[in-house]
Amino acid sequence: MMQIVKSVGVRKSFGAFEALRGIDLEIDCGEVLCIVGPSGSGKSTFLRCINQLEAIDAGALWVNGELVGYRRSGRKLFELSEREIARQRLATGMVFQRFNLFPHKTALENVIEGPVQVLRTERRQAEAIATELLARVGLAHKRGAYPIELSGGQQQRVAIARALAMKPALMLFDEPTSALDPELVGDVLSVMRDLARTGMTMIVVTHELGFAREVANRVLFMDHGLVVEAGSPEQVLGRPTQARTRDFISAVLS
Amino acid sequence: MGGGRDDLADDLSEFEHVRRKHIGRYVSAALIVALASWVTMAFAHGRIEWAFVGQYVAVRTIIMGLGNTVLMTALAMLIGIAIGVTVAIMRLSSNPVVNLAAAGYVWFFRGTPVLLQLLLWFNLALVFPHLGIPGLVEVPTVEVMTPFLAALLGLGINQGAYTSEVVRAGLLSVDQGQYEAAKAIGMPRLLALRRIILPQAMRVIVPPIGNEVIGMVKLTSLASVIQFPEMVYSAENIYYANNRVIELLIVAGIWYVVVVTVLSILQGRIERYFARGAGASGAMSRAGASR
Repeated sequence: MMQIVKSVGVRKSFGAFEALRGIDLEIDCGEVLCIVGPSGSGKSTFLRCINQLEAIDAGALWVNGELVGYRRSGRKLFELSEREIARQRLATGMVFQRFNLFPHKTALENVIEGPVQVLRTERRQAEAIATELLARVGLAHKRGAYPIELSGGQQQRVAIARALAMKPALMLFDEPTSALDPELVGDVLSVMRDLARTGMTMIVVTHELGFAREVANRVLFMDHGLVVEAGSPEQVLGRPTQARTRDFISAVLS
Repeated sequence: MGGGRDDLADDLSEFEHVRRKHIGRYVSAALIVALASWVTMAFAHGRIEWAFVGQYVAVRTIIMGLGNTVLMTALAMLIGIAIGVTVAIMRLSSNPVVNLAAAGYVWFFRGTPVLLQLLLWFNLALVFPHLGIPGLVEVPTVEVMTPFLAALLGLGINQGAYTSEVVRAGLLSVDQGQYEAAKAIGMPRLLALRRIILPQAMRVIVPPIGNEVIGMVKLTSLASVIQFPEMVYSAENIYYANNRVIELLIVAGIWYVVVVTVLSILQGRIERYFARGAGASGAMSRAGASR
């Protein structure tokens, strides 16, 4: 299977506000896609639709070969049960802007929670995997620490390990460095860079244009709920064809 | 005011520091001691035979009453917490039927006095003469609805209504991001509630629940009106026979204070446990010990 995400005419409104106004997009396995755009452009909403933290209003979305949120039968689409939705979410791992680590659990406990409780992995085995993942994000020595004892950058790296522990086919990053102090951004980005090198499929909503230029296979510029421009990082960030993209890039870089 | 400019040039490093006198503290302490000794004197010289208090403080009937009070507190709170957690989760459900049923329960049981509810349960036979499945098993309600069961149902179900509001406040206090993080690792709603949300809500829930346990210790005394032999009922039974009213009420009072004191100490320990990871001192010491 080549495609991991296929989006056809996806729409989403919050009351009168149209956050997504018809997103058509295909993402291949192994691709690193960076989505950039001004706040309110719908980029986070699109990410949240992929793992069903938001339900789409219209259009269709396939993730990892499955129709998202619905079961097809004849000419009808039946809404999935909560349990089915939870199962579909296992295809994706999510990293949040505000980390959202479980504060009552240590770093290690955060990472093993999903494998033990959801995947029913044996605890000892889950701990071995978690220890390895924490080492991979450079935090083996912090396994016993509670989130409050970690810096923002360390918390975000634990959050990445927590998402990876579920062995997702696709990793979603929702502005992973926006809540960090400037000096801590580098550590998180370098973990993400390493992850991209392993061939992980990633969708990254970010304002870090440098990271996008260096790591992304493709960059998507969104504005007002639509994809304005998509292409290679050199093209979208270096030689944008649309005026709105140019305005955004010069505003971010200035 | 005084001193002036030349003060700045003086070397004050060798001067003695004289602390401010807290006159108010001495005055209020004196007043409290006076008031306390006056009350003590009143009780000491009143028509109270302290010898009787000592004589009755540990008699069998009183100890049985104490046991029943503690047992009823524990069981009624268990029912109250079980109902409270369930109803709180129901009230946050997106299913409107479930939601409304939960709201109706809270409305009804908070809307009527618990004493009235106790009497209703005890006199349930007037509404339902028989309980069971008609034609299969049927028993006369009077035989089933003992004072114990009426007190347990009355206190527990009433408590559930209050506890559900405490639990609901606790659930709402947990950051929305925690629900999302739990969902993102594939947890269904109930698993997320049990593993992620409730443990964090406990920090907010435990202090008021502790308060309610302590309230329940004393609320059980209402069950004396339906002849459940808890502490007050036991004390009454003795003074109906020997007329030592005040002495026996003091005996009961002493035991209530003892039970509440023990519970207050337990409450502090439980609060520290659930504060882990929340930046309280407990979290740091636990984390420090583990690694």
